[in-house]
Amino acid sequence: MTEPGRLTVRKTYKLYIGGAFPRSESGRSYPVTSSKGDFLANAALASRKDARDAVIAARKAFPGWSGATAYNRGQILYRIAEMLEGRRAQFADEVAAADGVSARKAGELVDAAVDRLVWYAGWSDKIGAIRGSANPVAGPYLNLSTAEPVGVVAVAAPPEGPLLGLISVIAPVIVTGNTCVVVASERAPLPAVTLAEALATSDLPGGVVNLLTGRLGELAPWLASHMDVNALDLTGCPDDLALSCEQAAAENLKRVFRPSGKPDWLADPGTARLTAFLETKTVWHPIGV
Amino acid sequence: MSTLTTSPAEIASSNASLRAFLHGLPGVDRVGADQRAAMLGTRSIKTTAKAQAIDLAISMVDLTTLEGADTPGKVRALCAKAVRPDPGDPSVPKVAAVCVYPDLVERAVDALAGSGVKVASVATAFPSGRSFLDVKVADTRQAVQAGADEIDMVIDRGAFLAGDYRKVYDEIVAIRQACARDAASGGEDAHLKVILETGELATYDNVRRASWLAMLAGADFIKTSTGKVSPAATLPVTMVMLEAVRDFRDRTGRVVGVKPAGGIRTTKDAIKHLVLVNETAGDDWLTPSLFRLGASSLLNDLLMQRQKMTTGRYAGPDYFTLD
Repeated sequence: MTEPGRLTVRKTYKLYIGGAFPRSESGRSYPVTSSKGDFLANAALASRKDARDAVIAARKAFPGWSGATAYNRGQILYRIAEMLEGRRAQFADEVAAADGVSARKAGELVDAAVDRLVWYAGWSDKIGAIRGSANPVAGPYLNLSTAEPVGVVAVAAPPEGPLLGLISVIAPVIVTGNTCVVVASERAPLPAVTLAEALATSDLPGGVVNLLTGRLGELAPWLASHMDVNALDLTGCPDDLALSCEQAAAENLKRVFRPSGKPDWLADPGTARLTAFLETKTVWHPIGV
Repeated sequence: MSTLTTSPAEIASSNASLRAFLHGLPGVDRVGADQRAAMLGTRSIKTTAKAQAIDLAISMVDLTTLEGADTPGKVRALCAKAVRPDPGDPSVPKVAAVCVYPDLVERAVDALAGSGVKVASVATAFPSGRSFLDVKVADTRQAVQAGADEIDMVIDRGAFLAGDYRKVYDEIVAIRQACARDAASGGEDAHLKVILETGELATYDNVRRASWLAMLAGADFIKTSTGKVSPAATLPVTMVMLEAVRDFRDRTGRVVGVKPAGGIRTTKDAIKHLVLVNETAGDDWLTPSLFRLGASSLLNDLLMQRQKMTTGRYAGPDYFTLD
């Protein structure tokens, strides 16, 4: 609500790459409408070059992020949850507009997203305990397996659940030390851009999460075939696109996560997403006799 | 521009006449130069033209390793890469030269024998150039004896900035003589590249004067920087130097090459430089014998872009050598 005589300050929705908020390299944008068809804003329409830049930013951020202690990563995820909580009203408005749900329901969805972050934040220093092991071997060795992040993960965020769904795909990827390039929901990208603003102010190093808004069909094939992407999360891909992405991903043996059926974001997420983007490192250490 | 009526030796006969000549050169409009270089940098080079530009840029690279930690093994690896930049693709052209410190020239010469890739050596108390002339001459002579095809010398920036142009001139002439190979070995004289270290020259006017001074003293190439000082090769500085070689040819008939070095890391940067060459000096200079790119990490980016054009997929650095 603006006071009479005051100019409205409109928000420009941009991309989030390497900790900065650039416009699309292509200069394109597309109109975003509410669930009722009302115009909401123009969002940046990312091009394949933006995707390429995002991968470079994610790769650059990987050594620092994966090298941080699990405790530190957990703290930063918790910090993101704090930032989200502080913007609760803004997110609730955006979710309500995008999904056409009541203000109360939208508030519940935002709360669920914050809780989801806190839940994943707790996993940072515990995932090693369930995915690592001390292996019994027939020899004078101490044999240990530990979980390691795969690297850069390209994520197709789900079209539904503009905030809860988005958080539910990003948090499990980054909590274990991966960095990611996320293509936000094409229909409802505005909460993703607002999330980027929260990420930028939450001690998350630039480049760990890169958010692109635009057409998944245009961006996904380039990310799927990119030789410097280590894994794909095809949650938001329609079946035909997912199939061609899986084929392209085979070129450099990317890990591909493609859930079956429509995910229920309010259900208990389990550890499937956490463990999908981990490699196992096994160390043989001679035992002194 | 009119032909040069006086000979370089006459111009250099005294500090006063050198000063009169160099300060008589037209000044550089800094804002205009920056703007023109930026404008040329926005040219869009795509598809087949880009493929051609990438191959040309690869063939112009002086693959460089100038670290205190250089080992014989690293030089050998770099030489292998120079000859066959992408082991998986024989259609990639070889680079122009490998550039090393003088004591590693012999290793590079061994590794590159018969390949057609030249060996360049920095000399003259690189990178500062702060030593005695005897030492610099000896440094150069030993590098030439070890088999260097090209010598990258640094000018005495201190003398230049103090206005002692004669000293800079004499030093270049002395190093040029040290580049001569004795008749017994029968080889060609080593080519002399003169590094101006433009990052320390402060103004574009000085860059233009230093370029002319080096060319009058007999440089075969003028080179922007050592790569140890920032800013190194910037587009406007390269443009001023390209204008200098163009004007020098118009006035004397002698053709001098240009080598930007330092800070050129991406294919985009390299292509911007090629556009600049074409638009400033002309396409006569678009050959490895007259234009070089001094770089180390640039080659991998060129190879990645090249692979992207042949496979249609974005390439990743994991598939290229670390050096």
